[in-house]
Order: sequence, then C-alpha cells, then structure tokens
Amino acid sequence: MTGVAKLRRYHAPVWDESIIHELGRKGERGISVPRVEDEITAQTGAIDSILPGKVLRETPPNLPELSQAQVLRHYLRLSQVTLGMELDIDLGVGTCTMKYSPKVNEGLAALTADIHPLQPEGTLQGLLEILYEFGHTFLGEVSGMDEFSFQPSGGSAAAYNNACIMRAYHGENGELEQRNEIITTVFSHPCDAACPATAGFRVVTLYPEEDGLPSTDALKAAVNENTAGLFITNPEDTGIFNREIDEWTRIVHEAGGLCAYDQANANALLGVTRAQEAGFDMCFFNLHKTFGSPHGSSGPGCGAVGVTEELAPYLPVPVVVKEGDRYGLDYDRPRSIGRVRDFLGNVQVVVRSYAWAMALGARGLREVAEVSMINNQYLEKKLQGIKGVTKPFGGRRIDQIRYSLQTLKEETGVGVDDVNRRIVDYGIQTFFTSHHPWLVPEPFTPEPCETYSKADIDYWAEALRRVCEEAYSDPELVRSAPHNSSMHIFDPSSFDDPERWAMTWRAYKRKRGEK
Amino acid sequence: MVEDDFVHPYIPNSVPDVKREMLREIGAQDARELYAEMIPDRLLLKRPLDLPEPLPSELDLRRHVEGILSKNGTCADHLSFLGSGCWQHYVPAVCLEIMGRSEFLTAYAGGPYSDLGRFQAIFEFQSMIGELVGMEVSGLPTYDWAGAAGNAVRMAQRLTGRNRVLIPRIISPGRRSVIENYAQPSQMPGHIEIEEVGYDPGTGALDLGDLEAKIDEETAGVYVESPSYLGVVETELKEIGEIAHDHGAEFIVGVDPITLGVLAPPADYGADIACGDIQPLGVPMFAGGGLGGFIASRDEERYVGEYPLRLISVTENERGEYGFGQCTFDRTSYIGRDKAKDWIGTSTALWAIGAGVYMALMGPRGMREVGEAILRKSHYAARLVSELDGVNVPFRGFFKEFLVNIDATGRDVATVNEGLLERGIFGGKDVSLEFPELGQSSLYCVTEMHTKNELDRLAVTLEEVLK
Repeated sequence: MTGVAKLRRYHAPVWDESIIHELGRKGERGISVPRVEDEITAQTGAIDSILPGKVLRETPPNLPELSQAQVLRHYLRLSQVTLGMELDIDLGVGTCTMKYSPKVNEGLAALTADIHPLQPEGTLQGLLEILYEFGHTFLGEVSGMDEFSFQPSGGSAAAYNNACIMRAYHGENGELEQRNEIITTVFSHPCDAACPATAGFRVVTLYPEEDGLPSTDALKAAVNENTAGLFITNPEDTGIFNREIDEWTRIVHEAGGLCAYDQANANALLGVTRAQEAGFDMCFFNLHKTFGSPHGSSGPGCGAVGVTEELAPYLPVPVVVKEGDRYGLDYDRPRSIGRVRDFLGNVQVVVRSYAWAMALGARGLREVAEVSMINNQYLEKKLQGIKGVTKPFGGRRIDQIRYSLQTLKEETGVGVDDVNRRIVDYGIQTFFTSHHPWLVPEPFTPEPCETYSKADIDYWAEALRRVCEEAYSDPELVRSAPHNSSMHIFDPSSFDDPERWAMTWRAYKRKRGEK
Repeated sequence: MVEDDFVHPYIPNSVPDVKREMLREIGAQDARELYAEMIPDRLLLKRPLDLPEPLPSELDLRRHVEGILSKNGTCADHLSFLGSGCWQHYVPAVCLEIMGRSEFLTAYAGGPYSDLGRFQAIFEFQSMIGELVGMEVSGLPTYDWAGAAGNAVRMAQRLTGRNRVLIPRIISPGRRSVIENYAQPSQMPGHIEIEEVGYDPGTGALDLGDLEAKIDEETAGVYVESPSYLGVVETELKEIGEIAHDHGAEFIVGVDPITLGVLAPPADYGADIACGDIQPLGVPMFAGGGLGGFIASRDEERYVGEYPLRLISVTENERGEYGFGQCTFDRTSYIGRDKAKDWIGTSTALWAIGAGVYMALMGPRGMREVGEAILRKSHYAARLVSELDGVNVPFRGFFKEFLVNIDATGRDVATVNEGLLERGIFGGKDVSLEFPELGQSSLYCVTEMHTKNELDRLAVTLEEVLK
C-alpha cells in the first residue's frame, strides 16, 4: 500500500523532574544493607581498630537520601522522558544499526549475571562454548577470519585492539620505527583514525573524489616504506561501497602493511561479501549493532575481533580454545598484545548475539542483509523530491545514505540541527548527522535496517517531508523546536564555558553561588 | 528471486508481498540485482553461509541456549571468594528494574531533547561519583578500571609534557597490561616509560622510600591504588601525593568506590585524578561483563581539556527546565579523529545508570554501612583463616580482599583450590605465579553478602582440605 503516512499527534511525557539531589529528605534511605552478625561485630570491635583513623572518611558523602519508592519513581520518570529506540521509529541513526534486540535474549544473558570470570574452567564450560562457537561457527563463516576475541568492548575498542596487533606485528619484524603510518579515509569511522593515533601511529587520511571515494591512485601515492597498514570502513559512512577494496588491500600488502576492516555495521553485507575475499587481515563486528544486542544507552557493547591465522598469536589473552569437547582459556601466548580490557569482555553481549544469530541461521542472516539494503533503496525513493534534501555523490548505496540539507539551509535558514529538534515533535528519535568533518554540509544519515517495516519507513519519510515543508512555510516553528517534547530549547553555549559548565550537581551549585 | 515461504519475526519486510512492492518502487527485480550494481562479482559470496540449523521458535531457542549455559557453575550455586577486579556484591532489585527498562536498555545516540532522561541519569551518576570521590568532574565511564587508569596515565602525560609514570608493583597484571598498551612501545613517539614502585614486605603498602628514589622531574604521574590489588589500604596517601606534587607530577589514585562510605575520598588526600570500577555499585558480575571504569578530577579547564570521555554538563533554560549536553565535545575522537584526546566509543552507560540508582538507594548511610559490613566480615574471615595451622594472612590493613599464604602447610594453592571446589567453594585467586615472592598465596574476597555461617564454613573446609 503506497500512500501518505498519517503523522501522529505526539507529545512526550513532561515530568519536569528534579535533579535527584533536590529530592528526598535527610534520614530517608532506599535500601538496607545485609546485616552483620552480632558475633562478627563483637569480634571485630570498633572500625578504627580495624583500620587506622587517618584513612577513614570524616564527612559522609553528600549523596541523596530517598526512600525506595521515591528512587524508583524518579528513575521511572527519567526513563519515560527517554525516547530510546523501542518506542519509536529509530531508523535515523545511521552507522549505529538501531535494530530490534529480541526480549528473549535478555533472560538468556541474565544467566551469566552471577558468574565470576576467574571461576575454574570446569565451571565455565557453557559460557566458553558460546564464546568459542559464536566466534568460530558464526563470525568465522560470516567474515572468513580464523580466530576471534570478544575482549574489546566497543567498536572503537576493537579498532584500538587491532592497532595494537599491527604494532606488535611490525615490532616483531623489527620494523615498528619505520612503519609508523596508518592510512584511512575521511568517511571511515573516526575511530579508524583516533585508535591508531592513540596506539602511536601517524595517520594519513585520504579524501574523496567526485564519486565520494578516494581514488585508488591516491592510495598508491600514500603507501610507502612507512606504511604500517590500512584502517577502513566499507561501505564508508556515506553508504558507498569501495568496489576496488581488494585492490586496496593488495596495494597495502605489497607495501608491507596490514589491512584492518572496520565492520562495525556490516548489517547489509551478512552472507553477501566477506573480509577474507576482500583481502583483509583482521576485522571487527559491533555485536550491539549488527548482531542484535541492545545499545544500553551507549554500552556495554562488544567489538568482536576476527583475525587471520597469521595474526592469531597477537590476539589479547586469554583466548578461548577447544580441545576435544572441552573448552579452555589460553593465557600462554607469548606473542600476544596482552590485554586491552580486563577479563573476557562483555560476555553477556556475546550470549545475546549468539542467540540472535541462532534464531536467524544462514537464510535469516542473508535476509537481514537483503532487507536492510532494500529498505535503504526504498527510503531513498521516499526522500527523493523532498524540497531541500539532496544526496551528494550520487550512486547506489548499501545500508545507509549521507544526505544533505544544505539546500534547505540556503533557502530557509533552517539547518540540520533545527530539523533534528523538530522531528522529535513527531515522535521520532533524533537522527544521526555525520561524524566530523562535515564534508557533506548539513548532513543526515539514516540507516533503515531490517527491523523497520515499510510503514515505519513511510512514516519517517513523511515526518521529514513535513519538517522540511515547515522550514519553508514557518521557519521559526522549526528553529524554536522542540514544542512537543519533554523540554524546550536551551542554549548549549555553557557546555564550552569553564565558568558555567557543570558535570556534577556540586559544581553546578557552586558556579551559581548556591550552597 | 524472492522466495515465498520465509517470514521472520525480526524482519517485517521479509513478507514476500511487501518486498515485491518495495522492489517495484525501487525499480529492481531482486536484491541480487541491486547488490550486483554496488559490489563487484568477484567479491560476492556465491554460496549460502554454512551455519547451524536455525531455531526461529523462541521456545526452542531458549531451551538450546539454556541447555548450554546450564553447564556453568555460578557464584549463586557455589560459595565464592573470588574478587581481583570483579566482585560479588548485592545488586538491589531497583537497580535491575531500571537497567532493564526498555528506554535505557535500547537507547543509544539520541539527542538531549528526545533522550532527556538518559542524559539526566548520566549527569546524576557523575554527580554522585563526584560526591564519593570529592571531586567536581566525572564523565561517562569507560570499559573498566584498567582502561580508566590507562586513560588517566595518558592524561597525565599530556598535562605535564613528561613521559614517565610510576605505578605500584602490586597491581593486577591484567590492569597493568592494559596500561602498558596505552603507554605504547619504546619505538613510538608517545611512549610512556612505566616504572614500578615496590612495597613494604611487612605491610604490603607502597614503599615510600622506593617512590622517593624513583620519582624525578621527568615523572608525569604517580599512580597508586587503595585498596591495592591485594586489598591493602594505603595509609600514607597524603604523603604520596605530596611527593608527587613536589616533583610536578600528577597524583592519580585508583579506588574501589564501595569503600568510599568508610574510607577518605581521594580529594581529601590531594589526588588530581581518581579512577576505579563502578561494578561494585549495583552491577552484576556477568563474568567480567559488569565492569565500568570511571574517571574524576577537579573542575579545572586543564583537566577537563584532557579527558577522552564524554562529559555530560547540565544547564537550565529560561523556563527553568534542566537541559544536558556534551561538554567540550571537540576534545573527543568523534570530532578530532587522530588529533583528539585518545579515543572514545560506545562505553558502559547502562552500568553508569545502574550505579547511579545504587548510590541513590544507598545514600550516605548505606554506603557507610556497606563499607563497615565488608570491613568486619572480611576481617572476621581473615582472622578465622589465619588461625589454621600453617596459614598466614600477612597484610592486615585491608579492605574486602586479603592475601592468604599457605607456605607453612607445604601445600600449593592450586591443589587446595581443587579441594575447595570439590566441596562447593571457589577459593581465592591464586596469585603465586603473578607475584612469586609471595609464595603460595591466594587472594580472598569477602563482601557484605557473605554470612557468618559461610565464613565459618570456609575455615572448616579449608582446614579439612589442608589436612
């Protein structure tokens, strides 16, 4: 059914909720702590006989004092003024793959809640089986990589992990001083520049030609005896797939570098094309994006790293191994980079992703990819012809498209940040603009992954159309938005002003001259 | 080639009619045709993925995964004395309720107008951490204490322009490895030389003489922990801070926040940067997946300017409504790329929200009581254990965790722990390989959750195993 989606009359909850420090009353408490048996108290005596008085706290911390129902109510209200992902059509947040996280998996993840990471291996067999099999059976097949680690707890952490592996590899070859340059592209995720830099590399960033991609000639000109490797997203954040990616990895390899594939959101490529055939030495998947684990308001997530056999010795310890039908943790890996995080990583995230992939299987994963890609083409059709919206660079895109509202801005004075506040009034989560620099001016990057129905996409497109029309007919309405949200527009300038910024309630009160 | 029988509950547009309709509007026959336009043939996978038979039924899926996970033992069905960076504390029901709320569980990158509550909950977390450590700035936590310490060490390098950091010899080897990765190898331009400061073999506390001997005008920071990896509460923190400051170094302190209702806050003894793990504050262990590393500091522009983390600031509009946003977002790698203050990414926001709930529930009184309960119970356990023949608890000034040495029994920790396991007990972490000079030693963790009966059972069972 085609037709115009009817925009809903929406208003977010308004609670005008206080900061928690303003609530409650001295003496109230939210929970009682487990009791200490009298005999223990008697035997241990006064606290300052256990530890010297000088290490003890003199003034109690100024924490809020609230009863339990009041704490619950406060946080429930805060949750109500959070649109989140499940209440709305959150397809606007490109590069983040805002897909549905099946509820059944929450209960499964919770089965790991009471596990300690240092338990004897014999008591960890179920968990280790999930880690091993999700790596070798699922991610191995999806990527073509040989060995895996779930220790990095986000996509950037995985990129950092891979930079550490590259460092160890060149170090072992005695070439680290010479090979100190990483090549990336400006439309690759910022972590592909920031993480190698933190690991100590100099970063060379390639900029796009007219078709939206850097030329292969630019890569050839960039590689030399200093090249340590390539960090690249493909499709890039614009949604454009680099068709010469296998040639890129060949060029970098020929120069003596390694190639790391940022597959943070590989959603529309599952079962379609793989890191191995493109010539990569390592890759990572964000399990909180592509593999269905919830985003958690920004973590805990997991950047699952896959590497070739050749690079497996560098993986962080411990590595989950299988001997016969027994799973174990291998710490004895002398060439390992050591650790990028304590313990095994966010294993509860891996449990959810394992369950998500098991629910879908080969055909389901391919369906995820195809539908995500088709949704993207369909949304593009719906956005075509919205006055003020353009699609720089042209060409068909895989999973997302970086559009521009530059025309709208020029013609109405209403920019993408204004539109982003106004769209909230239609019950839609803020969309993702773009990472920096904004080479595409006034950008926005929706990613309509497989979670969203045709009707969802129609609604989202209609809401954007309406806001763009408002920009022409009543620009002030858009500029002063939101009007139907939990709060109204505020001036963000204090966030960059040392005299006025406040990351804590105590700083806020001090700067306002309150006690 | 649209196949007609496959409709998956997670994929609304897998309905063949819908897909056909969309393809018609796009002007394409099928997905293959569209992929072929974008991806060269040589890179297209020409076969189906080789994966296990799927379990689309929720019930089948549950049975399958529950079947696998039932092979685990847990700290709920064993008596556990494991700590060493991940601790078994009581998680209040309200914490679980709020962390399980759909809105917080599934939100991600929404803006401050649509996700007001998410921003406010993070700001309140920062505020309450600030109260515990006595500081005015904190941010969205990173992955764990180790990562927070690594970030803090690099902050100190940038703050001072110096490239040498002192850390205690007694530190979790895992945490040390994370810090060393942040410190870069010696061939690299941003290399930080990591040097360890020894400890007093009598007390386990930092050796101040060694600190004085090793600190110099090239030292960017002095990093210490209290309690230490072996549970020892440092008594000379003020002096350590003065030594650091006398040499122009940053004083960085790693703390377990569950101590801070009882132990002095880092600000009181002059810490410039505090860090630590929020997992003890109402987050389940999740086999280490419950960790989250906070960083805090004074509210000075030079410190704020060096954070890699997202820092959520509050403001108020003319209607008196609170609003929230990112403080100096240009610092972060989302904007600065390779010129940013290290890197930032998806962090541990859900745990920060849960920890906020925990601190609000506990209040000042709860934090003091839980700290006292842990102190009493752990010292009670240590006393019981040390009364056993050949068992020694060498370092007595501890909080929550204590070293148990069994050299005099002639036994080794590994076999003793096997004996305990046979009797349903996870013994303390074996640290005899990590710190050979400590002999056959293990690290026991006792929290507010342990009952007297359980602690008595430990002593009785240990005696039996040692026989």
